[in-house]
Amino acid sequence: MANKAFSVSRLPGFSTMALLVFAALYLPILMLVLYSFNSGKSVAVWEGFTLDWYARAWANQQVKEVTVRSLVIASCASVVATVAATMAALGTTRRKAFKGQTFIYVMINQPLMVPEIVTAVALLIFFASIKVATGYQGLGYLIAAHSAFCIPFAYLPIRARLEGMDLTLETAAADLYASPWQTFRRVTLPLLAPGMIAGLMLAFVTSLDDVVITVFVKSAGQDTLPTYMLGQIRRQVTSEVNAISTVLLVLTVVLLTAFFFLTRKKD
Amino acid sequence: MSTSENRQNTRAARNAWLLSTPALVILTLAATGPLMIMFVYSFLTPGKYGNVEWQFSTDAWRGILFTRDIFDNTLKLADAHLTIFWRSVKLSILTTIFTFIVGFPTAWFIAMRPPASRALWLFLITIPFWTNLLIRTFAINQIIRNEGLLNTVLIKAGLIETPINIIYTDTAVFIGMTYVYLPLMVLPLFAAIDRFDLRLLEAGYDLYASRWQVLRRIILPIVRPGIVAGSILVFIPSLGAYVTPRILGGGRQMMIGNFIDLQFGQGRNWPLGASLSVLLLVIVALTLLVYVRVTAPEKTDG
Repeated sequence: MANKAFSVSRLPGFSTMALLVFAALYLPILMLVLYSFNSGKSVAVWEGFTLDWYARAWANQQVKEVTVRSLVIASCASVVATVAATMAALGTTRRKAFKGQTFIYVMINQPLMVPEIVTAVALLIFFASIKVATGYQGLGYLIAAHSAFCIPFAYLPIRARLEGMDLTLETAAADLYASPWQTFRRVTLPLLAPGMIAGLMLAFVTSLDDVVITVFVKSAGQDTLPTYMLGQIRRQVTSEVNAISTVLLVLTVVLLTAFFFLTRKKD
Repeated sequence: MSTSENRQNTRAARNAWLLSTPALVILTLAATGPLMIMFVYSFLTPGKYGNVEWQFSTDAWRGILFTRDIFDNTLKLADAHLTIFWRSVKLSILTTIFTFIVGFPTAWFIAMRPPASRALWLFLITIPFWTNLLIRTFAINQIIRNEGLLNTVLIKAGLIETPINIIYTDTAVFIGMTYVYLPLMVLPLFAAIDRFDLRLLEAGYDLYASRWQVLRRIILPIVRPGIVAGSILVFIPSLGAYVTPRILGGGRQMMIGNFIDLQFGQGRNWPLGASLSVLLLVIVALTLLVYVRVTAPEKTDG
């Protein structure tokens, strides 16, 4: 190991390339954050520090409206998806192979395989006829669509947690005359909780980030934060969007850090 | 014994289905079911103001490749459509190859860090992965646009006099897709390299293999499942990309995703949009099938 002259794992140029890749990954994001504090409108010439763009975004009634809508949809969809995914994970994990198992797996993971644009168009077609038939134009469509594509994101960490869980604890509870419900409520559920919270967070972030499906499913005046931002970017009005992006970025990093601590395997 | 075991098994299977029901219902209503309805719509006639008329027609399927001449009503190959398909396939393949070329050294670098700092490097790849795709595309937009950082720096340095026009070209879409999909290549590559037994390299070097031979004959064959997985994970979203070409390609450099979108807006041809979507879905399904075929023999080995 002390021999630095020849290391088997070293391949020429790989480290340089890797460091360049990290720089290239972070430079645009850091520039975006930096220029959200720029007092000028330019994204390349620094004209001085300001918090003005944040203040403007904060005071913007439309931004407030679309943010609240995004949060409502993400909260509803992530809770629905997590409950459905937890039940499905309890049903499909830790048992012998059964008839239809593959079908259930394929169904649950389907949103990960089908391109978003395809699902978006299919939902547009389907919901358009329901909108005509029922006259209902509310947020229900967006919540239903988001719940569906959030299910696999909630399912994966919950399933992983279940598979890593110690079965003996549940057997012990049953030996001590706990009813199946008591065992579930007092033993399984508390042990499963970190996986469920991780799943809930992934589902929440996934819903909050969605652009494509939302663009196609939303009715008039139902912009969410990302679709609003998309509109602003196309109009080249961007300093406020830099500020909003920075806030979302910080939120993502915070949630991710929490996620890592929740799912970290204890040795 | 066996009958009670059988009964237990059927009960377990029933419980599995019962517990999965809510998830299956939601997915059927808001994902799989609509896909089937879309398939039906691809055989209908476009309505005058969007939507469809319930009249059977295969025009939408023919319309993928052909257009009807407005003057003499003959079928002609639709050049504009072919350009869009070709651009989508070309950019997706280029993106997949390029993310591999830069992603492989990155994944290798992360996997060879000492355990303590490896988690941190991995975390640094995961942050962009979970950051909103729109924000990342927007960040690239700010770098490469005419008044962006790249051109400003180059002009200030005296290397160019007028900005290089990258934005709203194929190059811009390629740069953007490489940037946003790179983590999807690095993560499965890392997973494959992480399991790699370094003693194999020692053996290779002991037998007088050069670095290049070790890379080609030992490393690449063994991490192949990771390479295939990464390529699929990059290729599929690239082919269906919508946000990145819309922001970086402007209105003209369309990819299939934007072309589908057009049919539901100005194009007012829902059946064509539906048939194009089904086509995209079939291509993705075939790609996944290839993936299963390619990786299946590996499983029986290990």
